[in-house]
Amino acid sequence: MRRLAFFLPVLLFLGVAGYLLVGLWLDPQRLPSALIDQPVPEFALPALAGRTGGGADRERGLSTADLKTGGAKIVNVFASWCLPCRAEHPILTELAETAGVPVHGINYKDVPAAAAKWLADLGDPFAAIGSDRDGRVGIDFGVYGVPETFVIDGNGVIRYRYPGPLTPEVVKRELLPALRAAKEAG
Amino acid sequence: MRRLPILLAVLIAALFAPGPASAPAWAVQPDEILVDPVLEQRARTLGKELRCLVCQNQSLDDSNADLARDLRLLVRERLKAGDSDQEVLDYIHARYGDFVLLRPPMRPGTWLLWFGPAAVILLGGAGIVLFFRRRGGTAERPAPLSEAERGRLARVLGDEDPS
Repeated sequence: MRRLAFFLPVLLFLGVAGYLLVGLWLDPQRLPSALIDQPVPEFALPALAGRTGGGADRERGLSTADLKTGGAKIVNVFASWCLPCRAEHPILTELAETAGVPVHGINYKDVPAAAAKWLADLGDPFAAIGSDRDGRVGIDFGVYGVPETFVIDGNGVIRYRYPGPLTPEVVKRELLPALRAAKEAG
Repeated sequence: MRRLPILLAVLIAALFAPGPASAPAWAVQPDEILVDPVLEQRARTLGKELRCLVCQNQSLDDSNADLARDLRLLVRERLKAGDSDQEVLDYIHARYGDFVLLRPPMRPGTWLLWFGPAAVILLGGAGIVLFFRRRGGTAERPAPLSEAERGRLARVLGDEDPS
Protein backbone atom coordinates (compact mmCIF):
# COMPACT_ATOMS: atom_id res chain seq x y z
CA MET A 1 0.00 0.00 0.00
CA ARG A 2 2.78 2.43 0.91
CA ARG A 3 4.68 1.36 -2.14
CA LEU A 4 1.67 2.10 -4.34
CA ALA A 5 1.43 5.61 -2.88
CA PHE A 6 5.08 6.05 -3.68
CA PHE A 7 4.69 5.08 -7.33
CA LEU A 8 1.41 6.87 -7.93
CA PRO A 9 2.97 10.27 -8.78
CA VAL A 10 5.39 8.56 -11.16
CA LEU A 11 2.52 6.76 -12.91
CA LEU A 12 0.53 9.98 -13.08
CA PHE A 13 3.48 11.78 -14.58
CA LEU A 14 4.04 9.04 -17.16
CA GLY A 15 0.36 9.15 -18.11
CA VAL A 16 0.35 12.90 -18.64
CA ALA A 17 3.69 12.77 -20.45
CA GLY A 18 2.32 10.06 -22.72
CA TYR A 19 -0.67 12.19 -23.70
CA LEU A 20 1.53 15.20 -24.35
CA LEU A 21 3.95 13.10 -26.39
CA VAL A 22 1.15 11.89 -28.65
CA GLY A 23 -0.06 15.48 -28.91
CA LEU A 24 3.26 16.50 -30.43
CA TRP A 25 2.40 14.54 -33.56
CA LEU A 26 -1.22 15.56 -33.87
CA ASP A 27 -2.03 18.20 -36.46
CA PRO A 28 -4.12 20.92 -34.77
CA GLN A 29 -5.23 22.15 -38.18
CA ARG A 30 -6.92 18.84 -38.91
CA LEU A 31 -10.35 19.10 -37.37
CA PRO A 32 -12.82 16.25 -37.22
CA SER A 33 -15.80 16.70 -39.50
CA ALA A 34 -19.22 17.00 -37.89
CA LEU A 35 -20.72 15.47 -41.03
CA ILE A 36 -19.19 12.00 -40.97
CA ASP A 37 -21.98 9.43 -41.40
CA GLN A 38 -24.43 12.25 -42.13
CA PRO A 39 -26.28 12.66 -45.41
CA VAL A 40 -24.88 15.29 -47.77
CA PRO A 41 -26.44 18.73 -47.34
CA GLU A 42 -29.21 19.89 -49.67
CA PHE A 43 -27.76 22.04 -52.41
CA ALA A 44 -27.84 22.72 -56.13
CA LEU A 45 -24.92 24.47 -57.80
CA PRO A 46 -24.67 25.72 -61.38
CA ALA A 47 -22.00 24.37 -63.72
CA LEU A 48 -18.66 26.15 -63.96
CA ALA A 49 -18.99 28.68 -66.76
CA GLY A 50 -16.29 28.57 -69.43
CA ARG A 51 -15.15 25.05 -68.62
CA THR A 52 -13.57 23.25 -71.56
CA GLY A 53 -12.98 19.80 -70.05
CA GLY A 54 -15.39 17.37 -68.48
CA GLY A 55 -17.05 16.05 -71.63
CA ALA A 56 -20.74 15.24 -71.12
CA ASP A 57 -20.68 16.55 -67.53
CA ARG A 58 -19.58 20.03 -68.60
CA GLU A 59 -22.95 21.77 -68.45
CA ARG A 60 -24.43 19.76 -65.60
CA GLY A 61 -23.57 21.50 -62.35
CA LEU A 62 -23.71 19.57 -59.11
CA SER A 63 -26.57 18.95 -56.71
CA THR A 64 -27.62 16.70 -53.85
CA ALA A 65 -29.35 14.33 -56.28
CA ASP A 66 -26.02 13.66 -58.04
CA LEU A 67 -24.49 12.55 -54.74
CA LYS A 68 -27.40 10.38 -53.59
CA THR A 69 -27.31 8.08 -56.61
CA GLY A 70 -24.72 6.40 -58.79
CA GLY A 71 -22.61 4.51 -56.27
CA ALA A 72 -19.64 5.79 -54.29
CA LYS A 73 -17.96 8.99 -55.38
CA ILE A 74 -15.33 11.51 -54.34
CA VAL A 75 -16.03 15.23 -53.95
CA ASN A 76 -13.13 17.65 -53.97
CA VAL A 77 -13.46 21.29 -52.90
CA PHE A 78 -10.97 23.42 -54.82
CA ALA A 79 -10.21 26.94 -56.01
CA SER A 80 -7.81 28.47 -58.48
CA TRP A 81 -6.56 30.91 -55.83
CA CYS A 82 -5.61 28.08 -53.52
CA LEU A 83 -1.95 27.14 -53.76
CA PRO A 84 -2.21 23.76 -51.96
CA CYS A 85 -4.86 22.80 -54.55
CA ARG A 86 -2.21 23.18 -57.21
CA ALA A 87 0.13 20.93 -55.23
CA GLU A 88 -2.65 18.40 -54.78
CA HIS A 89 -3.76 18.42 -58.40
CA PRO A 90 -1.52 15.67 -59.84
CA ILE A 91 -2.54 13.35 -57.01
CA LEU A 92 -6.21 14.09 -57.55
CA THR A 93 -5.78 13.51 -61.28
CA GLU A 94 -4.18 10.13 -60.67
CA LEU A 95 -6.92 9.26 -58.21
CA ALA A 96 -9.61 10.12 -60.77
CA GLU A 97 -7.92 7.84 -63.31
CA THR A 98 -7.39 4.87 -61.02
CA ALA A 99 -10.10 4.92 -58.32
CA GLY A 100 -12.89 3.77 -60.63
CA VAL A 101 -15.38 6.27 -59.19
CA PRO A 102 -16.32 9.76 -60.36
CA VAL A 103 -14.50 12.69 -58.77
CA HIS A 104 -16.82 15.69 -58.57
CA GLY A 105 -15.61 19.20 -57.90
CA ILE A 106 -16.98 22.10 -55.86
CA ASN A 107 -15.31 25.27 -57.05
CA TYR A 108 -15.19 27.28 -53.82
CA LYS A 109 -15.44 31.10 -53.84
CA ASP A 110 -13.75 31.43 -57.18
CA VAL A 111 -14.07 33.50 -60.33
CA PRO A 112 -15.41 31.01 -62.94
CA ALA A 113 -13.13 32.29 -65.69
CA ALA A 114 -10.07 31.89 -63.44
CA ALA A 115 -11.13 28.38 -62.43
CA ALA A 116 -11.78 27.40 -66.07
CA LYS A 117 -8.33 28.64 -67.08
CA TRP A 118 -6.74 26.88 -64.09
CA LEU A 119 -8.30 23.58 -65.18
CA ALA A 120 -7.38 24.15 -68.83
CA ASP A 121 -3.75 24.71 -67.77
CA LEU A 122 -3.40 21.90 -65.22
CA GLY A 123 -5.81 19.33 -66.63
CA ASP A 124 -9.40 18.65 -65.67
CA PRO A 125 -9.89 15.41 -63.71
CA PHE A 126 -13.43 16.23 -62.55
CA ALA A 127 -16.72 14.72 -63.60
CA ALA A 128 -19.36 17.32 -62.65
CA ILE A 129 -18.29 20.66 -61.17
CA GLY A 130 -20.54 22.93 -59.14
CA SER A 131 -19.64 26.60 -58.90
CA ASP A 132 -20.01 27.77 -55.28
CA ARG A 133 -19.33 31.47 -55.73
CA ASP A 134 -20.46 32.74 -52.32
CA GLY A 135 -19.13 29.72 -50.40
CA ARG A 136 -22.49 28.89 -48.83
CA VAL A 137 -22.45 25.27 -49.95
CA GLY A 138 -18.90 25.07 -48.63
CA ILE A 139 -20.21 26.11 -45.21
CA ASP A 140 -22.98 23.50 -45.46
CA PHE A 141 -20.24 20.92 -46.00
CA GLY A 142 -18.32 22.24 -42.99
CA VAL A 143 -15.45 23.39 -45.19
CA TYR A 144 -12.96 25.57 -43.32
CA GLY A 145 -10.15 25.63 -45.82
CA VAL A 146 -9.46 24.38 -49.28
CA PRO A 147 -8.69 21.87 -50.57
CA GLU A 148 -10.95 19.38 -48.83
CA THR A 149 -11.87 15.94 -50.08
CA PHE A 150 -14.97 13.92 -49.22
CA VAL A 151 -15.82 10.27 -49.84
CA ILE A 152 -19.57 9.78 -50.28
CA ASP A 153 -21.32 6.45 -50.60
CA GLY A 154 -24.11 5.50 -53.01
CA ASN A 155 -26.82 6.64 -50.60
CA GLY A 156 -25.37 10.11 -50.28
CA VAL A 157 -23.84 9.57 -46.83
CA ILE A 158 -20.51 11.26 -46.14
CA ARG A 159 -18.03 8.53 -45.14
CA TYR A 160 -14.75 10.37 -44.97
CA ARG A 161 -13.34 13.86 -45.11
CA TYR A 162 -9.75 15.01 -45.49
CA PRO A 163 -9.02 18.71 -44.97
CA GLY A 164 -5.91 19.96 -46.72
CA PRO A 165 -3.98 18.80 -49.76
CA LEU A 166 -4.02 15.05 -50.39
CA THR A 167 -0.71 13.28 -50.32
CA PRO A 168 0.05 9.81 -51.77
CA GLU A 169 0.29 8.47 -48.17
CA VAL A 170 -3.10 9.86 -47.16
CA VAL A 171 -4.68 8.46 -50.32
CA LYS A 172 -3.22 5.03 -49.70
CA ARG A 173 -3.67 4.85 -45.94
CA GLU A 174 -7.00 6.60 -45.46
CA LEU A 175 -8.88 7.61 -48.57
CA LEU A 176 -8.78 4.38 -50.55
CA PRO A 177 -9.86 2.20 -47.58
CA ALA A 178 -12.71 4.65 -46.91
CA LEU A 179 -13.65 4.46 -50.58
CA ARG A 180 -13.69 0.66 -50.48
CA ALA A 181 -16.02 0.77 -47.47
CA ALA A 182 -18.23 3.28 -49.25
CA LYS A 183 -18.41 1.02 -52.32
CA GLU A 184 -19.51 -1.88 -50.13
CA ALA A 185 -22.16 0.28 -48.49
CA GLY A 186 -23.71 0.63 -51.96
CA MET B 1 12.17 60.51 -3.94
CA ARG B 2 8.79 61.58 -2.58
CA ARG B 3 7.33 61.27 -6.07
CA LEU B 4 8.07 57.58 -6.29
CA PRO B 5 4.77 56.35 -4.78
CA ILE B 6 2.81 58.62 -7.14
CA LEU B 7 4.79 57.35 -10.10
CA LEU B 8 4.15 53.76 -9.05
CA ALA B 9 0.43 54.41 -8.63
CA VAL B 10 0.25 55.92 -12.11
CA LEU B 11 2.11 52.97 -13.59
CA ILE B 12 -0.18 50.46 -11.90
CA ALA B 13 -3.26 52.42 -12.96
CA ALA B 14 -2.00 52.46 -16.54
CA LEU B 15 -1.57 48.72 -16.39
CA PHE B 16 -5.24 48.18 -15.65
CA ALA B 17 -6.69 51.06 -17.64
CA PRO B 18 -8.52 50.04 -20.80
CA GLY B 19 -6.13 51.19 -23.48
CA PRO B 20 -5.87 50.52 -27.17
CA ALA B 21 -3.95 47.32 -26.46
CA SER B 22 -6.63 45.74 -24.28
CA ALA B 23 -9.64 46.91 -26.31
CA PRO B 24 -11.37 44.11 -28.22
CA ALA B 25 -10.00 43.89 -31.73
CA TRP B 26 -13.24 43.92 -33.72
CA ALA B 27 -12.85 42.59 -37.20
CA VAL B 28 -16.50 43.23 -37.96
CA GLN B 29 -16.60 45.43 -41.05
CA PRO B 30 -19.05 48.35 -41.44
CA ASP B 31 -20.78 46.71 -44.39
CA GLU B 32 -21.60 43.64 -42.28
CA ILE B 33 -23.36 45.52 -39.48
CA LEU B 34 -27.11 45.16 -39.32
CA VAL B 35 -29.37 48.23 -39.30
CA ASP B 36 -31.35 46.84 -36.35
CA PRO B 37 -29.19 47.51 -33.26
CA VAL B 38 -30.90 44.77 -31.23
CA LEU B 39 -30.16 42.11 -33.85
CA GLU B 40 -26.63 43.44 -34.26
CA GLN B 41 -26.08 43.19 -30.50
CA ARG B 42 -27.25 39.56 -30.58
CA ALA B 43 -24.95 38.90 -33.54
CA ARG B 44 -22.03 40.36 -31.55
CA THR B 45 -22.81 38.11 -28.60
CA LEU B 46 -22.96 35.07 -30.88
CA GLY B 47 -19.78 36.15 -32.63
CA LYS B 48 -17.95 35.88 -29.32
CA GLU B 49 -19.30 32.37 -28.71
CA LEU B 50 -18.12 30.99 -32.04
CA ARG B 51 -14.60 30.11 -33.03
CA CYS B 52 -12.95 31.07 -36.29
CA LEU B 53 -11.93 27.73 -37.79
CA VAL B 54 -9.05 29.20 -39.74
CA CYS B 55 -7.26 31.10 -36.96
CA GLN B 56 -8.57 28.73 -34.29
CA ASN B 57 -7.80 30.83 -31.23
CA GLN B 58 -9.81 33.82 -32.35
CA SER B 59 -13.53 34.27 -32.15
CA LEU B 60 -15.55 35.03 -35.27
CA ASP B 61 -15.73 38.70 -34.31
CA ASP B 62 -11.97 38.95 -33.81
CA SER B 63 -10.91 37.23 -36.99
CA ASN B 64 -10.14 38.79 -40.32
CA ALA B 65 -10.26 35.46 -42.12
CA ASP B 66 -12.54 35.16 -45.14
CA LEU B 67 -14.45 32.27 -43.66
CA ALA B 68 -15.04 34.21 -40.43
CA ARG B 69 -16.58 37.02 -42.45
CA ASP B 70 -18.81 34.55 -44.30
CA LEU B 71 -19.93 33.02 -41.02
CA ARG B 72 -20.60 36.46 -39.50
CA LEU B 73 -22.79 37.25 -42.47
CA LEU B 74 -24.50 33.87 -42.10
CA VAL B 75 -25.20 34.51 -38.39
CA ARG B 76 -26.79 37.85 -39.28
CA GLU B 77 -28.81 36.29 -42.07
CA ARG B 78 -30.19 33.64 -39.71
CA LEU B 79 -31.03 36.27 -37.09
CA LYS B 80 -32.87 38.34 -39.68
CA ALA B 81 -34.77 35.23 -40.72
CA GLY B 82 -36.06 35.02 -37.14
CA ASP B 83 -33.84 32.33 -35.62
CA SER B 84 -33.28 32.35 -31.87
CA ASP B 85 -29.69 32.60 -30.62
CA GLN B 86 -29.69 28.89 -29.83
CA GLU B 87 -30.97 28.02 -33.30
CA VAL B 88 -28.14 29.98 -34.88
CA LEU B 89 -25.58 28.21 -32.70
CA ASP B 90 -27.15 24.83 -33.54
CA TYR B 91 -27.08 25.67 -37.25
CA ILE B 92 -23.34 26.30 -37.21
CA HIS B 93 -22.64 23.50 -34.73
CA ALA B 94 -24.33 21.01 -37.08
CA ARG B 95 -21.84 21.92 -39.80
CA TYR B 96 -18.62 22.43 -37.88
CA GLY B 97 -18.98 20.30 -34.76
CA ASP B 98 -17.98 21.03 -31.16
CA PHE B 99 -14.79 22.77 -32.19
CA VAL B 100 -16.67 25.81 -33.45
CA LEU B 101 -18.11 26.50 -29.99
CA LEU B 102 -15.69 28.44 -27.79
CA ARG B 103 -17.63 27.14 -24.79
CA PRO B 104 -17.68 23.36 -25.20
CA PRO B 105 -20.92 21.52 -24.33
CA MET B 106 -21.09 19.54 -21.08
CA ARG B 107 -21.38 15.80 -21.62
CA PRO B 108 -19.45 12.65 -20.64
CA GLY B 109 -16.92 13.11 -23.43
CA THR B 110 -15.99 16.58 -22.18
CA TRP B 111 -16.02 15.96 -18.44
CA LEU B 112 -12.25 15.68 -18.33
CA LEU B 113 -12.05 19.06 -20.03
CA TRP B 114 -14.46 20.72 -17.63
CA PHE B 115 -13.49 19.08 -14.35
CA GLY B 116 -9.87 18.08 -15.05
CA PRO B 117 -8.22 21.22 -13.65
CA ALA B 118 -10.38 21.19 -10.49
CA ALA B 119 -9.67 17.46 -10.05
CA VAL B 120 -5.92 18.05 -10.32
CA ILE B 121 -6.06 20.82 -7.69
CA LEU B 122 -8.20 18.69 -5.35
CA LEU B 123 -5.96 15.64 -5.74
CA GLY B 124 -2.83 17.72 -5.22
CA GLY B 125 -4.35 19.45 -2.19
CA ALA B 126 -5.41 16.12 -0.69
CA GLY B 127 -1.90 14.79 -1.28
CA ILE B 128 -0.32 17.76 0.51
CA VAL B 129 -2.72 17.51 3.47
CA LEU B 130 -2.09 13.78 3.78
CA PHE B 131 1.65 14.24 3.57
CA PHE B 132 1.82 16.81 6.35
CA ARG B 133 -0.67 15.01 8.57
CA ARG B 134 1.21 11.76 8.38
CA ARG B 135 4.51 13.48 9.07
CA GLY B 136 3.08 15.33 12.06
CA GLY B 137 1.32 12.26 13.50
CA THR B 138 4.02 9.65 13.29
CA ALA B 139 7.08 11.79 14.03
CA GLU B 140 8.85 10.35 17.11
CA ARG B 141 9.00 12.49 20.18
CA PRO B 142 12.50 12.78 21.62
CA ALA B 143 13.07 10.55 24.68
CA PRO B 144 12.71 12.35 28.03
CA LEU B 145 15.92 13.52 29.64
CA SER B 146 17.74 11.08 31.87
CA GLU B 147 18.66 11.92 35.49
CA ALA B 148 22.28 12.67 34.55
CA GLU B 149 21.23 14.92 31.67
CA ARG B 150 18.91 16.87 33.86
CA GLY B 151 21.74 17.45 36.34
CA ARG B 152 24.01 18.70 33.63
CA LEU B 153 21.37 20.99 32.24
CA ALA B 154 20.73 22.46 35.67
CA ARG B 155 24.44 23.11 36.13
CA VAL B 156 24.69 24.83 32.80
CA LEU B 157 21.71 27.01 33.61
CA GLY B 158 23.19 27.80 36.98
CA ASP B 159 20.24 26.47 38.92
CA GLU B 160 21.40 24.84 42.17
CA ASP B 161 18.23 22.99 42.91
CA PRO B 162 17.01 20.83 40.07
CA SER B 163 13.44 19.75 40.64
